[in-house]
Amino acid sequence: MTATDTSGPHTSGRRAPLTKAEIAARVAADIPAGSYVNLGIGLPTLVADHLATGRGITLHTENGMLGMGPSPEPDDVDPDLVNAGKIPVTELPGASYFHQADSFAMMRGGHIDVCVLGAFQVSTSGDLANWSTGAPDAVPAVGGAMDLAIGARRTVVMMTLLTKDSRPKLVERCTLPLTGVGCVSRIYTELAVIDVGIDGARVVELFGTTHGELEDMLGLKLGRTR
Amino acid sequence: MSAARFAKSALEALGDVADGATVMIGGFGPAGQPTDLVEALLEQGASGLVVVSNNAGNGDDPLARLIQRGRVAKMVCSFPRQVDSWHFDAAYRSGQVELELVPQGNLAERIRAAGAGIGAFYTPTGFGTPLAEGKEHRRISGVDQVLEYPIHADVALVRADRADGVGNLVYRKTARNFGPIMVTAARRAVVQVREVVPTGALDPEAVVTPGIYVDAVVEIAGSARGATGATEEPA
Repeated sequence: MTATDTSGPHTSGRRAPLTKAEIAARVAADIPAGSYVNLGIGLPTLVADHLATGRGITLHTENGMLGMGPSPEPDDVDPDLVNAGKIPVTELPGASYFHQADSFAMMRGGHIDVCVLGAFQVSTSGDLANWSTGAPDAVPAVGGAMDLAIGARRTVVMMTLLTKDSRPKLVERCTLPLTGVGCVSRIYTELAVIDVGIDGARVVELFGTTHGELEDMLGLKLGRTR
Repeated sequence: MSAARFAKSALEALGDVADGATVMIGGFGPAGQPTDLVEALLEQGASGLVVVSNNAGNGDDPLARLIQRGRVAKMVCSFPRQVDSWHFDAAYRSGQVELELVPQGNLAERIRAAGAGIGAFYTPTGFGTPLAEGKEHRRISGVDQVLEYPIHADVALVRADRADGVGNLVYRKTARNFGPIMVTAARRAVVQVREVVPTGALDPEAVVTPGIYVDAVVEIAGSARGATGATEEPA
């Protein structure tokens, strides 16, 4: 899938890395009006705060709802109305409910336009690792991650570019257990927006860093989008 | 299936469950969990169970206690690990319970396939990942896909909002989740509802689960909204 950005490559005037809220706003800016969108658990949930009402964007939550609204006031919490992170949510006018098989058919059938996921690692070819840290004694859990990653028409990742101990999360080849192969088309991070896929990693936009600094930091050769 | 039977208690609705039975339990976390029916299963005593459920218990809820008491031999689920899944975590680490980890969409579709009489299906989900290791795969329409088999059960335990006199069901909000597919995939479907209404009181256009799938119903007053008292956070 080709990028159709409003912002040209490498032209950001930003002198500093983005905050998490700013990354979320940058993700939101790329989501076309009228889209059906699934936001993964964790960092991607912040994107909801930046989807202006009036753009006709509908949120899908894979536990069985379209038209998900924001968190309720404490008095209005309804245990039967939660999102995929089991957090209480609300329903917007036009909302609908459906069972799990329909919810994932919606995803796998290519009806969801955009899925925004978090990640532990993304490879330059678009492989995703986001469900297992590979720790041998960890209790494994996958949830809907594998279905979401390959099902949406466009899967993008929102993440920090480095781990807490400063190792790159954009890598030549994922070392952690994979969630999906070649499924990610773009990553949004505090330092750069980067397209990934069969053409390798190509920088779309930089925030407070240079192309060369980014290559050194990641130990990767990065292309540029046209 | 025969017409739905209306039971006076959860235990009566549950009926006989054999040791080693495969039991589907609805719910996505606490939302939609048939807690009274799982309590009845605890009381009923069957062991060596294979439990198919999205999660593996929260806190000390009935499913967690079923695992804690060593009654579950195997869990088939997508997301056992929760902040308060300590009973499953301990049982898994000690080797007391086996785990088949299934991507959530595959879990749903495998259950749906069982109910629909589908022999198996190919899906791209999981291809190239550890969860597809050893499974047959094929490239179909240019996409690598994995062969997945249906999941059948001996009994399904599900919570719905209302049932009418012939077992038609409607659910409530995201508590619907696995209920409508699990009742199709089990030889016996047992449902707890908040309210039983007279036949004819549910709009046929709004029925989610037709009564043909439902074998036993028990009304547990207040069992829909917030009755579990369970939350994601440890108490």
